[in-house]
Amino acid sequence: MGYALNFNLIWRHFDKLWGGLLLSLELAVISITIGVVIGLVLAVWYVSAGRVVRAVIAGYVEFIRNVPLILLVYLVFYGLPTVVDLAYSAPTSFVLTLSVYSGAYLVEVFRSGLEAVPRGQLDAGKAIGLTPWQRLLHVRLPAMLRITLPALSNTFISLFKDTSIASVISVPELTFGAQWINFNTFRIVEVYLVTTAMYLVTGYIMLFGLRLVERRSRAAR
Amino acid sequence: MSDASNAHPALLDVRDVSKAFGAVEVLRSVSLQVKRGEVVTVIGPSGSGKTTLLRCVNFLESYDSGSIRIDGREVGYREAGTRQRRSERDLAAMRAETGMVFQSYNLFPHLTAAGNIMLGLTKVRGKSQAEARTVAEHWLGRVGLAHKADSLPAELSGGQQQRVGIARAVAMEPKILLLDEITSALDPELVGEVLAVVRSLAEDGMTMLMVTHEMAFARDASSRIVFMADGGVSAVGPPKEILAAETTNERLRTFLARFRASHF
Repeated sequence: MGYALNFNLIWRHFDKLWGGLLLSLELAVISITIGVVIGLVLAVWYVSAGRVVRAVIAGYVEFIRNVPLILLVYLVFYGLPTVVDLAYSAPTSFVLTLSVYSGAYLVEVFRSGLEAVPRGQLDAGKAIGLTPWQRLLHVRLPAMLRITLPALSNTFISLFKDTSIASVISVPELTFGAQWINFNTFRIVEVYLVTTAMYLVTGYIMLFGLRLVERRSRAAR
Repeated sequence: MSDASNAHPALLDVRDVSKAFGAVEVLRSVSLQVKRGEVVTVIGPSGSGKTTLLRCVNFLESYDSGSIRIDGREVGYREAGTRQRRSERDLAAMRAETGMVFQSYNLFPHLTAAGNIMLGLTKVRGKSQAEARTVAEHWLGRVGLAHKADSLPAELSGGQQQRVGIARAVAMEPKILLLDEITSALDPELVGEVLAVVRSLAEDGMTMLMVTHEMAFARDASSRIVFMADGGVSAVGPPKEILAAETTNERLRTFLARFRASHF
């Protein structure tokens, strides 16, 4: 094969990738933040709720986990505005979708963490006279966080990679930028090599940061 | 038992408390009184309901019938015999009046030794951080751990963790301290340091109800010993009487004989 790698065209359009990466990070941070709130609230609700609420929350989790993200993205961006009178941009639509999606995964992470907190620690919280709300805030949630940190890191990184799906509704994030360069330069190998490297490096940086937090909390176990 | 409860009303008054887990009766009409300043030890074979009884006193367990009063106030249920459970807020306030030390220490792993003690002081007693810190340091000093105030539980030995557990309970100035087999999870060489702390609290007049398998300690430190078997109180009396080899109580004699056989 006479294919010679030539990265010049990639560097000429690198702003598309760099800008795309920043947008990917922005989408991930906003969606994960909303997802964490959804996950925490529902997980706390779940462990203290009756059967009906549990069933509803479990239904949400199961629905999201069994439908491909790309379908949800299409449904929310193309489907929802035709049914209800709503208008939103593609990035907003994607953030909405990824938030609800990440919320479902994070409910599971937080719920299993809350249930794994040793009962003895909750008893100790009761014994010194903490109210249920204080026990949650000062005993159960801190204990849950240190239990769930490893699983949380995996989920966060996975969700960051999921931002690439925003490209299917033309959100100009990293993968979309790569596609644009590919269509306009035909340097398919080069552009996807560079893009892969960018995902990889960003993922590693995230992992490194989260591992640091983990190690600090493990020292505190 | 009546001689103990008539002259001064008991600080802890357990009357006819029964509890069943499904078909299993774990407490059968248990009654016992603890006066202010007394140290009462509960002994008995495993499964006799000792720990359950202790956990009922601060309502970590509910009970099906009977009454438990501390300083005249019903613990878990509203007055007037309605069997209506107190609100969570009420229960929390009641529990703050009893201290509990657990077999497995149950320290909060994310908080330092001082932090473990300060949590209740700040959140329940409403003390400032600085006040709470002073109290925490005082009690850590009392249990011989002044130098470990900023250590996390994971950095402490079992005996040290348990002493923090004791400090956490007594720092709240409870009316009564409940000790649930607090040396059972410890390596033998660490038992002494923990019992020394309990002994010094007893000398200070702390009212205590404890479940233990340390017979020598029970004999030396208790005002009275309660022997439980099959969920009921089988014998109550001063240590010398209860631990005497020639007791007429058949069950107690069997228990003591087995105990001696396995421990000496």
